Amino acid sequence: MITVLEAKNINKYFKKPVLFHVLKDISFKIEEGEFTSIMGKSGCGKSTLLYILSTMDTDYEGELILNDKLITNRSRDYLSYIRNKYIGFVFQFHYLLADFTVLENVMLPAKKLAIKSLQEIEFDAYEKLRTLNIGHLAKKQASCISGGEKQRVAIARALINNPTLIMGDEPTGNLDSYNSENVFDIFKRLSLEEGLSLLVVTHDKDFANRTDNIIMMEDGRIVTNSRQMI
Amino acid sequence: MTNWALILSIGKTHLLTKIKQTSIAALGVTFGIGSYITLVCFMTGLNAMLDNLILNQTPHIHIYNEIEPSQEQPIDMYYEVKNSFNIVHSIKPKLSQKNIHNALPIIHYLNANEHVKGAIPQIKSQIFYIAGSIEMGGNLTGINPIEEVRLFNIGDYIVKGSAEALKNTDNGILLGIGIAKKMSLKIGDRVQVSPIGGDVFPLKIVGFYQSGISDVDAIQSFANIKTVQRILGRPNNYLTDINVKLYDIEHAIPLSKTIQRQFNLEAVDIKTANAQFETGTAIRNLITYAVSITLLIVAGFGIYNILNMLIYEKMNDIAILKAIGFSGRDVQFVFMSQAMIIGFVGGIIGLIIGFGLVSLIDTIPFKTEALPTIETYPINMNPLFFIIGFSFAMLSTFLAGYMPSKRARKIDPIKIIRGQ
Repeated sequence: MITVLEAKNINKYFKKPVLFHVLKDISFKIEEGEFTSIMGKSGCGKSTLLYILSTMDTDYEGELILNDKLITNRSRDYLSYIRNKYIGFVFQFHYLLADFTVLENVMLPAKKLAIKSLQEIEFDAYEKLRTLNIGHLAKKQASCISGGEKQRVAIARALINNPTLIMGDEPTGNLDSYNSENVFDIFKRLSLEEGLSLLVVTHDKDFANRTDNIIMMEDGRIVTNSRQMI
Repeated sequence: MTNWALILSIGKTHLLTKIKQTSIAALGVTFGIGSYITLVCFMTGLNAMLDNLILNQTPHIHIYNEIEPSQEQPIDMYYEVKNSFNIVHSIKPKLSQKNIHNALPIIHYLNANEHVKGAIPQIKSQIFYIAGSIEMGGNLTGINPIEEVRLFNIGDYIVKGSAEALKNTDNGILLGIGIAKKMSLKIGDRVQVSPIGGDVFPLKIVGFYQSGISDVDAIQSFANIKTVQRILGRPNNYLTDINVKLYDIEHAIPLSKTIQRQFNLEAVDIKTANAQFETGTAIRNLITYAVSITLLIVAGFGIYNILNMLIYEKMNDIAILKAIGFSGRDVQFVFMSQAMIIGFVGGIIGLIIGFGLVSLIDTIPFKTEALPTIETYPINMNPLFFIIGFSFAMLSTFLAGYMPSKRARKIDPIKIIRGQ
């Protein structure tokens, strides 16, 4: 098995308003093609951990290794490039650019990466939308589609650069059960069929139970890591 | 590596979805640049007109014989009182000839100088215009009409008749319009003039002269050099003044000094003679630029405000752009490009509006007694003003966009994503 992402002894402190030790000595690995979920109560630090893993938060102690490369203490521009190329994001609140069409939203990370030609990117974007059954929305304004549709557009956008890892911050937290189910199925299929690694922070026990690996957190520590128990 | 096409397309989309705010910001620049162009073209046009009023007809170097007391009194030369203290009361000017000695060779010499566009002689004389029993004092200047037109634009000030007519009429006179009015004369009439202590000469009026300065028009008339020499009873090498026009006015001061030393004549350069005009021009330019820069700074603050608001509204967009791999610099460029687009579009429209207004002003009739050559408001449409205006538009929008966009660069995406 190839390790996609490895966290070694991650510690994080909030300095304001008072010094607070949020993450305590977090270490774990994500293997290729694995669907991992992080669970825990509000305030246990799971979102904070996700932001560190996502490379957006650089204020931590410890080491973060992505695709066998140490990415701790790299320049912000390099981290932007890493996020663009290797990591796809799905947030709880969809976060599409409201002024752009669905298609433009999906194409944006690929345009930024600028490896493929515009025609190829557009073709890819249509392809991703079609596999998520929202090909008909391509030309619509991002602000004019429903919440479930927005979340699927966000997933399509996360997939456009064929990342090695998809991260989700409660991607179903804001959706009804039908749409939650839909999103979960998409994630599961990506994991099984395309061999994508997924890391999802969630409150939803049913959601977590169906993933390959559950990391339980409490008060800034990992209390159980189901894979290690097996 | 920066993907400009992508950044510009994002900037463009932001601007187009907020078209109202964008247009207001651009209008600020348009207004600033438009009024700058209008102001500066109009003001410098007026400046040029006022300067030309005097400077066009003024020689760059005026050479004449000054009536002045001797620098050294005879007593100073007497060796026996050399060590004593002399006071000479009521020194009188030295009796010297009014005409320039050897004027023709000097003119010949000056015309050979590479900086000199032309050097032409004049004879200045005091005469009386005689109307019945009334005698009115005045000046009659002997000129070479065609050369005067070429070098000193006298043609602009001949309101009736022409310089050619003067040249072709042996006993012709180009009469100041003020005198003509006083004596109710018209072209073709004869006017009698008499030099001080001389005979009366009838001259035929071939045209009227109007300088725009009524005191001058009430006394000044022109005739051919030969005519004036005949009236004064002088030989044809009698010339009192030499007027020199240069290619470049900057050579006036050094050349006038050389002439003064070389020929022992009084040579006055244009800058010394008209120092106050330079001052006036400088102050008017200062006012023009102060007003224009104020307008552009106000426009700059407008852009600053609108971009600041835009960035507040687009916090989510900034966070998401950063999350999907745009660097802080990319995000800064997105907002900088918006400022620059506003500046560019506003600036170009401003230039067009300025051009339109200036062209309009250029057609508005502006007739005044004082300025016979001016028919419409004077405009100086210099391409340099358009370049300066446009550069300033770009510069001010750059500065106005820099600070808000720098803030956008530093926005922490996590704070915004968490805050939702």
